[in-house]
Amino acid sequence: MAQIVIKSIRKDFGSFNAVKESSFTIEDGEFFMLLGPSGCGKTTTLRMIAGLELPTSGEIYLDGEEISQLPPSKRDIAFVFQMFALYPHLNVRRNLSYPLVSQGMARRDVKAKVEEVAQILGITGILNRPVGGLSGGDRQRVALGRAIVREPKAFMMDEPLGALDAEFREHMSEELRALHDRMGATTVYVTHDQLEAMQMGDKIVVMNNAVVEQFGTPQQIYDKPATMFVADFIGSPSMNFLRFDGSLADGAESVSLNGQTMHVPRQMQGASGKLVFGVRPEHVTLSDSGDYRGEVLASEYLGTTQIITLDTPNGELKARIDSTRVATVGEQVGLSFNPRTVTLFDAGSGQALRSELNDEVLAHG
Amino acid sequence: MAEVVLKNLSKSYGQDVGIADVSMTIPDGAFVVLLGPTGAGKTTTLRLISGLEKADGGEIWIGGRNVGGETPAQRDVAMVFQQYSLYPHLTVRDNLAFPLKSPILRTPADEIARKVAEVAGILQIAHKLDNKATELSGGEMQRVSIGRALVRDPSIYLMDEPLSSLDAKLRTDLRVELKRIHASLGATLLYVTHDQIEAMTMATQVGVLNEGRLVQYGTPRDIYENPNSLYVASRLGLPRINIVPADLFGGAPAGATHLGMRPEHIQQGEGQEAEVQRVEHLGDQARLHLILNGHAITTIADPHTTYTPGAHIRIAPKNPLCFDAQGARIF
Repeated sequence: MAQIVIKSIRKDFGSFNAVKESSFTIEDGEFFMLLGPSGCGKTTTLRMIAGLELPTSGEIYLDGEEISQLPPSKRDIAFVFQMFALYPHLNVRRNLSYPLVSQGMARRDVKAKVEEVAQILGITGILNRPVGGLSGGDRQRVALGRAIVREPKAFMMDEPLGALDAEFREHMSEELRALHDRMGATTVYVTHDQLEAMQMGDKIVVMNNAVVEQFGTPQQIYDKPATMFVADFIGSPSMNFLRFDGSLADGAESVSLNGQTMHVPRQMQGASGKLVFGVRPEHVTLSDSGDYRGEVLASEYLGTTQIITLDTPNGELKARIDSTRVATVGEQVGLSFNPRTVTLFDAGSGQALRSELNDEVLAHG
Repeated sequence: MAEVVLKNLSKSYGQDVGIADVSMTIPDGAFVVLLGPTGAGKTTTLRLISGLEKADGGEIWIGGRNVGGETPAQRDVAMVFQQYSLYPHLTVRDNLAFPLKSPILRTPADEIARKVAEVAGILQIAHKLDNKATELSGGEMQRVSIGRALVRDPSIYLMDEPLSSLDAKLRTDLRVELKRIHASLGATLLYVTHDQIEAMTMATQVGVLNEGRLVQYGTPRDIYENPNSLYVASRLGLPRINIVPADLFGGAPAGATHLGMRPEHIQQGEGQEAEVQRVEHLGDQARLHLILNGHAITTIADPHTTYTPGAHIRIAPKNPLCFDAQGARIF
């Protein structure tokens, strides 16, 4: 299996710049997510790794070998598409055998390999069925099987679960991740679903407008977002942005929100002007007292927790709190924020300000 | 707006049961959500109420009137479909005004203008009124199609998964918006979805459907905390409730064959020893996938938990739900 190194890769389609100079490394055996909204360049990046698009500039190394200009067939990478295409006139066994037969593998070996893969995917029972009558899940398993039989160095997957309904997607994503844990194959997976990325990924690259915004483990990206885009895209509900005008010195440990002092992680750079106080909904606490106050606009019951939407002097805010706390629409409540989790941003650039919370992560780009 | 009552409503398509013997009351001003997987009978129920389908048996009462013999237009209901179908050659304004121009309603022109402006304001599309329908984003188009129902003042709004074709962010925004519209108009809504989050967050009452039957009807809190069957317990809650044999933790309660433990209702540090299979760091929480005597169990831990696969952890149920062999709740 394989390590994939992406170095300053760029792709232009005519005058349109689909991917700006991007660099990141996918370690051997990692389940690696390319996450972002549609049009951000994630699929183009994946297609360049697979060889379906050639980069305008930059390099791609697969196990140390530079492959960016090789045709797909020379790369030893398997691709699983969103709309899995199976040969409708062939049965499951022949769909799985096809990639091997076309490579010229001996019939006996093909048979053994297909049986082995069918075993891994739990589809031994349907090997002789035509693919036409299969359920969505079984079709997906066959499509995966066709990628696996070749034993490629790495798998590329472009929203393979995008076409499935929510409940089934949850099930298949667990199955896919368990399969990865058994096989340990380097996998690059494209999705626009942040929860899917957090659940399945060892590492995540967040892309927006052709640019890599952040690269790290799910928890790092969640706790220490590098930009407002990442903070907003990851998490549901997403991070709250309380906007304020102010200035703070290098070393500051608090800011002033509407005249109230709010503690923040020790800052490692000064800033002034339009700033943003970023706090996640689960780090907001409601109290009866408290000098920073908000008005309850709505509550949404979620079982053990609930989401409260509030109007504050610095904009709308969502809090995730225990569902036993009764919050009535129109009620005035005090608000406090867990100071160790706060990220400050520069409103103009959207970049996080460096602090003792995020310094280590931001330093790595 | 009006109360809608269904009495022993049934509908089959050949051998296939659409809905069977459904009785429920949708109170005036309620936001009722019908929840169930594909094929549970949600859409059939909506189509029967709207008059797009004829029932095999049972009665439908809207505002105290048995509407069995009435056409869809006479029933005075407004329907919003999953796939928004707007008139592509008309502007947003004309799309919104269209239902009011129906010959049955004969709405005066100034009343139409007033109503369209009001609805555009509620849905925050006032600045797009003169755009062609095709010049809108997906979320805006769906808002216009909801708006086309809202310009009317029907007995009830019927909505068939109106948010399911939108992306996650937009869905969250429109959820809050729909709730606000419901509160400010005092409208009666019957809303159909397979999305449990929509059901829990928006509904005043949730009806859970299973294979054409209404299996439980109550407030979201009621359904979540007091499900009457294994089926209902598994419909709500993310991650899903853990269902294990009743004697997994020793001594099964009398009559119980299965225990239902919500992931957040598991005590850590006491009880039986389970092995960690996988840890998912989701930011606000971590999910631990455990295995205990061959049974998969999911529970929640601190987002920065240091557990790794292979670790051992003692767990015990905390206020579990008990079910009998038929899947009915005993206590």
